[in-house]
Amino acid sequence: MTDPNVAGGVSSVDIAAAGVVDNSALAHKPRSLGGDAWRMLRRRPSFVISAVIIALVVLIAIAPDLFTSRAAGFSDLARANEGPSADAWFGYDNQGYDVYARTIHGARASLLVGVFATVLTILIGSTVGIIAGYYGRLVDSLFSRIGDIFAALPFVLGAIVILTTFNAPGTNPGAVTIIVQVVVSIAALSWPVAMRIMRSATLVAKQLDYVKAARGLGASTPRIVFRHLLPNTVAPVLVYGTIALGAFIGAEATLAYLGVGVRPPVVSWGVMISDARDYFRVNPHMLLFPAGFVTITVLAFVMLGDGIRDALDPKAR
Amino acid sequence: MPNELLLEVEDLHVEFRTSDGVATVLNGVDYAVHAGETLAVLGESGSGKSVTAQTVMGILDSPPAVVTGGAVRYRGEDLLTATEERRREVRGGEIAMIFQDALSALNPVFTVGFQIEEQLTVRLGMSKKDARKRAIELLDTVRIPAAARRIREYPHQFSGGMRQRAMIAMSLALDPDLLIADEPTTALDVTVQAQIMDLLAEIQSERQMGLILITHDLAVVAEVADRIAVMYAGRIVEQAEVTELFRSPGHPYTEALMASLPRLDLKGQTLETIKGLPPSLLNIPPGCPFHPRCERAVSRCESERPALRSLGFGRVSACHFADEVVSSRA
Repeated sequence: MTDPNVAGGVSSVDIAAAGVVDNSALAHKPRSLGGDAWRMLRRRPSFVISAVIIALVVLIAIAPDLFTSRAAGFSDLARANEGPSADAWFGYDNQGYDVYARTIHGARASLLVGVFATVLTILIGSTVGIIAGYYGRLVDSLFSRIGDIFAALPFVLGAIVILTTFNAPGTNPGAVTIIVQVVVSIAALSWPVAMRIMRSATLVAKQLDYVKAARGLGASTPRIVFRHLLPNTVAPVLVYGTIALGAFIGAEATLAYLGVGVRPPVVSWGVMISDARDYFRVNPHMLLFPAGFVTITVLAFVMLGDGIRDALDPKAR
Repeated sequence: MPNELLLEVEDLHVEFRTSDGVATVLNGVDYAVHAGETLAVLGESGSGKSVTAQTVMGILDSPPAVVTGGAVRYRGEDLLTATEERRREVRGGEIAMIFQDALSALNPVFTVGFQIEEQLTVRLGMSKKDARKRAIELLDTVRIPAAARRIREYPHQFSGGMRQRAMIAMSLALDPDLLIADEPTTALDVTVQAQIMDLLAEIQSERQMGLILITHDLAVVAEVADRIAVMYAGRIVEQAEVTELFRSPGHPYTEALMASLPRLDLKGQTLETIKGLPPSLLNIPPGCPFHPRCERAVSRCESERPALRSLGFGRVSACHFADEVVSSRA
């Protein structure tokens, strides 16, 4: 999900140059949905801006040391609660941590949780939804009821149960383990939403003649479902995905605050926001900077999703 | 008929099992199509024209549809008992179908070219380049101007007539021997209808394909069909050569259909209609299903179902009084 965006942001010049060549060779090059969408996206400022922001955030997550020389655990208690300065751009928090350094180092956990929880949710939800919608009847009832069971679990309660089951209180799981667990528990509790969206989109699309026509021309069932149906049903799920991404970064913060999610020494924006909870009236910079990063990142993904959805609809061109 | 027998539909029965009960949609349909021949299947909405075609193609939605009897033989091979694999080979490759509404039958997110090429690359293993070339040829065949450019456009960028042409090109991609056109011109305006019908007729005679033309438009039938099968309530009630049928109908239903045609030479007269409604397929009347609407009905028609019988000159009719009906006009 992130890689193409990195490419789009970092080397948009190269790709634009390639596009020119592409255009001159149009007579031979078959046009495809993806290719058309890409050509259209390149011309949209909102897409380019959001792609650049996402590329930057991804770069921060991959190589935080490029942006700060201080470690996440760097602490200078003597300067606790100091506001932004040339030395520490975002100021120091109540423990003397450098807010800028922690924000930079926190990007990785937040992004990993947000992006992977979204990808996993969409993947599980769409697959189950399209199968339930296409086959209908017994398959549909079975999958829908399973979805209902998961949807009936309250999110916070469910996540607490899952995470404390895997990590007994007092244990200290490693960074990778806890991030994987948080991702899986968020996805496990959220996929029914994506599934219902996909299922209803499939129910509408499969009634249309082109599904019958594809069958009439000898297409196999997997080809019909994934090649002909999926491009027509993916748009609403994609929109849900962009909204969910922001919610999942927030959910990660909730779990961190409750002490069952990501925990020190791993830093995340969610951890920082929950740390700032009791102090932000005195030290607003403790809250504002990590919260600002969350907002901008989520906004970038929403804009990206919007652009992709428009680009995937041939009629909007 | 000197040409090879392509398709034989024999005593086909199909039911729709719904929550309201069992609708007997087809109650014994028989017809045959030879290479190079156009068979028009004529009938009101709900008479089973499309269901027969979809059963032949094997694309009925089941459930609710269940084939309860009969056979569909393509070149002697029973398709209803064939494996799903074999059926898929037949679809598109041997028998192809054109749908009524080309806009909904073309996938909106793919270019017209892609949808034609997909079959060529997937089914015939052609390279993308060859498939593109072939697709442009096909679009030329169906007379889409500037095919090389328009092949890159999406279905919504095509006009109604162009879309139907593209649909025809799609169905021709794998060189089928039999083409089923399910009301191919119903969604189009009259001038475009004529163009599409001419195109279909031309392609059919060029390739010596069998063509099953499903329609409720008598004018279309008169122009292009070789033979006509008239359907009513899931049965064939009459089948005859087109000239024979137009000269003198052999079933009261056909007769009533002919009478309800607006005629230029009788301007100003009230248009004849067939009184009553087609029967509910959940509850088909006993005896002859047409008897409640038939002007010739006698008590025998209410209890005894007339069988299809031959009247000579390739004509069959399912009416107790078929001879009288024919001779009343001739």
